[in-house]
Amino acid sequence: MTDATTAAAPQPPARSLTREIWGQFRKHTGGLIGLCVFIFIVLAVFVGPYIHTIDPNKIDIRAKNQGPSVLHPLGTDNLGHDMLAQILAGGRISLAVGITAMLLSLVLGTLVGVISGYIKKLDGPLMRLTDLFLALPLLPLLLVIIMLFRDTLRAAFGPETGIFILIVFVIGITSWMHTARIVRGDVLAVKSQEFILAAKSSGMREWRIVLRHILPNVMSSIMVSATLGIASAIITESALSFLGLGFPSDFPTWGRLLFDGANFLQINPSRVIWPGLAISLTVLSVNYLGDAVRDALDPRMLKR
Amino acid sequence: MFNYTLRRLLFAIPTLLVISFIIFALLDLAPNDPTGELPLTIPPEVREQIRASLGLDQPFFIRYLLWMQQFFINEPLNLLEKMTGWQIGDGSRMRILSWATRSPVVDLIVERLPQTLWVVGLSYLLAVIISIPIGVISAYKQYSIFDQIGTFVSMVGFSVPTFFTGVVLIVIFSSWLQWFPSVYDTNHQVTDFASLMFQIKQMALPVIVLTLYNTSQIARFVRASMLDNLNQDYVRTARAKGVKENIILLVHVLRNSLIPVVTVIALGVPTIFSGAIITEQIFRVNGLGQLLITAIQGADIPLVQTLTFIFAVLIVLFNLIADVLYGILDPRIRYD
Repeated sequence: MTDATTAAAPQPPARSLTREIWGQFRKHTGGLIGLCVFIFIVLAVFVGPYIHTIDPNKIDIRAKNQGPSVLHPLGTDNLGHDMLAQILAGGRISLAVGITAMLLSLVLGTLVGVISGYIKKLDGPLMRLTDLFLALPLLPLLLVIIMLFRDTLRAAFGPETGIFILIVFVIGITSWMHTARIVRGDVLAVKSQEFILAAKSSGMREWRIVLRHILPNVMSSIMVSATLGIASAIITESALSFLGLGFPSDFPTWGRLLFDGANFLQINPSRVIWPGLAISLTVLSVNYLGDAVRDALDPRMLKR
Repeated sequence: MFNYTLRRLLFAIPTLLVISFIIFALLDLAPNDPTGELPLTIPPEVREQIRASLGLDQPFFIRYLLWMQQFFINEPLNLLEKMTGWQIGDGSRMRILSWATRSPVVDLIVERLPQTLWVVGLSYLLAVIISIPIGVISAYKQYSIFDQIGTFVSMVGFSVPTFFTGVVLIVIFSSWLQWFPSVYDTNHQVTDFASLMFQIKQMALPVIVLTLYNTSQIARFVRASMLDNLNQDYVRTARAKGVKENIILLVHVLRNSLIPVVTVIALGVPTIFSGAIITEQIFRVNGLGQLLITAIQGADIPLVQTLTFIFAVLIVLFNLIADVLYGILDPRIRYD
């Protein structure tokens, strides 16, 4: 870090750390392409329905199992749903699930990580808890929880919100452990540095030290966890939907569309290909993005 | 090292007890009734009897202790009897019974294990064999065409979910080219060459799907680990001494780079049993994953409980093995 600032000193003062990181990020071609693709997918999914205005749940039984046409660019399914509209609608839910679940797991992971790194007394118990969660067989447990609590939550919050809350919650509380471990390690490293001691001796309150000094310094590993978290949340959600335990058919996600399309594989393989491609492309772009972010925030890279 | 292993083993016991309790409590909390699916004409007292025959009339802790006794004492004793032919006690021990089939859960698991081991285990083995050379070459020739393609393919293989690759392979190889069957036939017996060929053919697609996924994961790891080691001083020293490039690469660097890789491979072993649920579901391989899915869908609580717990045992065990292996292979790591 010190090297980076001294090296940057002769240049105009505008070359801040953010600029430096952005410059590093731009060198990673894959990451740049990933960022573009991800932004494109997000835009398509959220702006697309205003351009392609067919209602995804409109049933037009006379137009069933059609191939691509001007009206239905990706064809229709066995009930005459427009596939493009369904994929756009599914993407909105898949991305919403991915991002919300990632945020939940990030908050949990950061909280556990910071507490166990900063407060020595709680370090042991919290890390044992993390180990315990890591030893749980996650996919079977996810399936069990969803199977068992689906109906209760649907009754309480309505069919769509209920299952959304359940899936986000379940993915969130089963994926925070890696973030917690990484954050804890970083907090331990930051905590022993002099500026924390200085802050303490100047009478700063503990929670302010955590917020103002510790969190900004562990931000980089949190960012990397965040990008990779979106990818794994999207994959988990689609896997659950693919096993028939996710969202209902009239509230489709990419995984659900794939699952429904798999029964019509012989008639219309494109019903499987498009949602699958959407999932894969999103996850691929996010993974490249994560790689690039990790490289850009790596202090060893900044030194060069 | 021995002390460390012992300490870890001792610590594994409470962990597993807590996990078994969590699973049991979770399944028990569930607001569903195993007699709920039965016809409504069954009178309430008969329904009560059915519940009693499933052991549901007992309080929660009694049922949990009973399950523990069955799982930790009765079933191992039973296995021991079967393997050695000894008679221990009078042999009339309570076993964990599946609600759906009324047969012992362990027998069901033993029935399903070979399919899972063959398909998933083989793919894991293939992945290890393929990924190490790929990782080594891509790291040695960093930024070459081979490396670029290799990294891209492994990124794709790592990002594309198995349920999509599986379905795409079915579309290409089963429905268009008709090379391989898309459904795995478990009743198939290998008796002669033709039936062996059929067995290979029906295993091909699930094995390819899982191998692709595992290979890309391990290859990424091998590459990163090799790159870390190739820049070390000892490599320069070896080159300066005039050691042949082959020997530097295959003896010095590879041996050191494989230390973290071995632990990653060990950590991945439990997924052989539990992680292939989706692939087994696509190709209708009736292995452990499919057993779990049918048990979950049929609310067969004892089977779900036992299977999930066995997966947890495997995870804890292989975590321990990975840590111990790391300590043995890398003399710089000291646990004591």
